[in-house]
Amino acid sequence: MAETCKTCELFDAGHRACGGCGAALAARLVTKAAGTNTIVVSSTGCMEVFSTPYPETAWKVPWIHSLFENAAAVASGIEASLKKQGRKEKIVIMAGDGATFDIGMISISGAFERGHDFTYICYDNEAYMNTGIQRSGATPYDASTTTSPAGSQSFGNKRPKKDMPAILAAHGAPYVATASIAYPADLMQKVEKAINTPGPCYVQVHAPCCTGWGFEGEQTIAIAKLAIETGLWPNFEMVDGRITKVKKVVRKPVTEYLKTQKRFRHLFKPKQQDTEIAAIQAIADRNAEKYSLDIKLPPKKE
Amino acid sequence: MMEITEGSHAVAEAVRLCRPQVVSAYPITPQTHIVEALADFVANGKLDAEYITVENELSALSACVGASAAGSRTYSATTSQGLMLMAEVVFNAAGMRMPIVMSIANRAMGAPLSIWNDMQDSIALRDAGWLHFYAEDNQEATDLHFLAYKVAEDPSVQLPALVCFDGFILSHTYEPVDVLSQEQVDTYLPKYAPAERLDANDPISFGMYATPEYYLEFRYEMNEAQKKAKAAIAKYGKEFGTLFGRDYSSLIETYRLDDAETAIIAMGSVCGTVKDAIDEMREAGKKVGLLRIRVFRPFPIEEIATALATVKRIAILDKNVSLGSRGGATAIEVRDAMYGSTIPVKGYILGLGGRDIRKKDIKEIVALCEKGEGDQFIGLRKEVL
Repeated sequence: MAETCKTCELFDAGHRACGGCGAALAARLVTKAAGTNTIVVSSTGCMEVFSTPYPETAWKVPWIHSLFENAAAVASGIEASLKKQGRKEKIVIMAGDGATFDIGMISISGAFERGHDFTYICYDNEAYMNTGIQRSGATPYDASTTTSPAGSQSFGNKRPKKDMPAILAAHGAPYVATASIAYPADLMQKVEKAINTPGPCYVQVHAPCCTGWGFEGEQTIAIAKLAIETGLWPNFEMVDGRITKVKKVVRKPVTEYLKTQKRFRHLFKPKQQDTEIAAIQAIADRNAEKYSLDIKLPPKKE
Repeated sequence: MMEITEGSHAVAEAVRLCRPQVVSAYPITPQTHIVEALADFVANGKLDAEYITVENELSALSACVGASAAGSRTYSATTSQGLMLMAEVVFNAAGMRMPIVMSIANRAMGAPLSIWNDMQDSIALRDAGWLHFYAEDNQEATDLHFLAYKVAEDPSVQLPALVCFDGFILSHTYEPVDVLSQEQVDTYLPKYAPAERLDANDPISFGMYATPEYYLEFRYEMNEAQKKAKAAIAKYGKEFGTLFGRDYSSLIETYRLDDAETAIIAMGSVCGTVKDAIDEMREAGKKVGLLRIRVFRPFPIEEIATALATVKRIAILDKNVSLGSRGGATAIEVRDAMYGSTIPVKGYILGLGGRDIRKKDIKEIVALCEKGEGDQFIGLRKEVL
């Protein structure tokens, strides 16, 4: 039985993450929700590096890292092994967006199709942060990264985020959710639900990166909140492919989110790029329509 | 019990008897018959294992890494392109010290695409840290799996092992094979009981990253484990011989080598042809003998130097080529083993991509070696060059 360990810390202090790291907070909340009867599988990435410089480890649950692209396959093997031994530990994968959206896609697709019982957490900081902020399939439209730099001929990343939750729902995943470190109770509840749902489950956690996105570490939570409040990060859950829960908001204009981060600075300086901002607003509007994000305010009384 | 059976089926039978708890593999010619047979065993209750039908070879070995870390005996099989697709995991599994056993039905590397036999695939990964066993016939291809698990899982070794046998030439050939009983194998190979595993009751971290202060020592320890594998092979190879009559304690085998002037060195199924050619050459008055390398990693450096101390010349057959070097991997490594000796060592590359090797080719090589000629390809069709 996975027992939530609300008081114990299973991702310990002393790791090497930046102050204000969204991913480190995600690791802490996920392990708290998962509890002690958990085996964590990490892909190569920032979290793996900042948490396990030999001979030190921040993980107080059994933990394994093999390679960048194979966490879902490693987890498949662990699950088969536990099954054969009659053991009941739960398996939680912790992988970044590069490992999930890009290089690990085949391994994830195979493991989800085979239906192994594990929970796949993608901590999504929207670029390859460990190697120095290169774009991934999770990088948002117009974000400037070191491989999608804004310049005289470019507004940054040319494509919107890949829709991983939809892709995994299409694999028949019984539980798919998005979550945010800005809402810890919601995040932990989703992780618990995923862990207690048999079969391959997916939770994509928005985890702002102060270094990669360009903001001060104390702003991490505020920025994660703004992503939800502007409609750029829809926070929802899907059971058997159907949306069952959505975080509704009184939406703010996307500029309130974009202005907080250096990766979008080129949209405002030296002059405001209204066409580009309108395109990003349109992404938020489409999200609002698709997931019914908007709180319908009662009509004003005359 | 003696059975006339296909190489792949004999290997699958041996794997079944080793009681792997997790099997993870992907189909590829000429290995496929093995994993088909194992799937059939599982489907019919003859093998109590989880069988993971992965989406490619990279995931096949990755699943073995996870299953092995969680404390299960694991097995995979592949060849050629499949082995190269999993190459990153091949290094990783050895570095993580997972005693996985994997069969290789040796096959050529593309391009050009070839499904036929040579040893380029496993030889290309000789530096990855795995133990490398090479079988001459299907009896050995079968027996070496028992030995491979025994050595790989020994606490002094803890390295993964490849059991290599020639694709098609052995994998698809029917030969009489003595298949052991489950009781016999259980006596020799007890249940896998790793000292450490992923376990919620005793949480430890596997696969941490190492800074320059630690990395060198990890690699040193792997190399020491390779050296210790020699003693483990001697011990468990001898034990196998005592129990079942076939002794695998030596990393090499010799044939009519004692008074030989020309020593041929080779690996795998070609050694049967070489032995026949030697018999004919001996009848014609030529003193020729064979040194067969059964274990390529750890490489039998001292064993080779000792066995060849009194020969006049050495002819090495390689079914692989280290392109851009003087020749094949065996020749390069034997030259290293013979360093300081004045005995001439010549390499011959042959049989690539399934080209037949005949007794006359072996005789031609001996004639060339006697003339001091070598470090060349054998059997080239000059008309297509």
